[in-house]
Amino acid sequence: MKARVTVTLKNGVLDPQGKAIEGALASLGIEGVASIRQGKVFDVALSTTSKPAAEAALKAACEKLLANTVIENYQVEIG
Amino acid sequence: MSRLHAAVITFPGSNREGDVAKALRQAGAKVSHVWHADTGLPQGTDLVVLPGGFSYGDYLRCGAIAGRAKIMDATRTHAARGGLVLGICNGFQIAIEAGLLPGILMRNANLKFICRRQHLTIERNDTAFTSHYAKGQIIDVCIAHGEGNYIADAETLKRLEGEGLVASRYCDAEGRVTAQANPNGSVGNIAGIYSDKRNVLGLMPHPENLIDGLTGGTDGRGMFASLVGALDKAA
Repeated sequence: MKARVTVTLKNGVLDPQGKAIEGALASLGIEGVASIRQGKVFDVALSTTSKPAAEAALKAACEKLLANTVIENYQVEIG
Repeated sequence: MSRLHAAVITFPGSNREGDVAKALRQAGAKVSHVWHADTGLPQGTDLVVLPGGFSYGDYLRCGAIAGRAKIMDATRTHAARGGLVLGICNGFQIAIEAGLLPGILMRNANLKFICRRQHLTIERNDTAFTSHYAKGQIIDVCIAHGEGNYIADAETLKRLEGEGLVASRYCDAEGRVTAQANPNGSVGNIAGIYSDKRNVLGLMPHPENLIDGLTGGTDGRGMFASLVGALDKAA
């Protein structure tokens, strides 16, 4: 079973990297970009075949390590 | 009179454990080096030091993986009992990720790794870390970090400011806490913070770099002398 975990900065948390990327896109002449927020994607291969077990494991992984929930949100997609 | 016993934790990628151990020994402390995978602190540990460096190559988030190391369970227990913990630079990031201190250290506002001399304020001198300084003293130390931009939610900041938990702020040579003197964008020019009971200090700058006149100055000595003295006072 496979899953994808996406970790993004919460609204209102300053993202200097996103700002720098915004600036770089503007300097490349790419138009129509209003703003950029940088996040992280984790592709996870699971050894379990039980969806509830996978959900529980991924929630624990996010809460304990993958995301810092002070500043980040996470989203889990299984399958 | 017993000697302060400091346990300096080494994580994979720590690189300032030798310097901080030297500063502690110079001040008269007994130093044990402890590996991150150990489960317990040495018998009689008074102070746990989380040194600077690049633990786990700053993978995931700075300090995130080290903050979950086995030794951090023992460190949290030590802190909860009122034991002293000093986290410097990456050690500050580790202390935050381990839940010992609130907030977060984000990428420097100018996106650059900053390595230079920096003046700091000593906000209060009634703690185990600062008794050898004067209240409001300006010290000249070093900074070397890419992620030192301290931020916390409004409620936490109000508590840090209201309860005197800001340990140190970036300032200029005259002690002015200005935007120009802020190297990394930290809110309130915060360079270091205490835990609620002021037994845990997280500090972005490196006092351990400034312990010998031969290599730039001695303004960092006060912190290690304070720690050694704190135990004598308590005993």
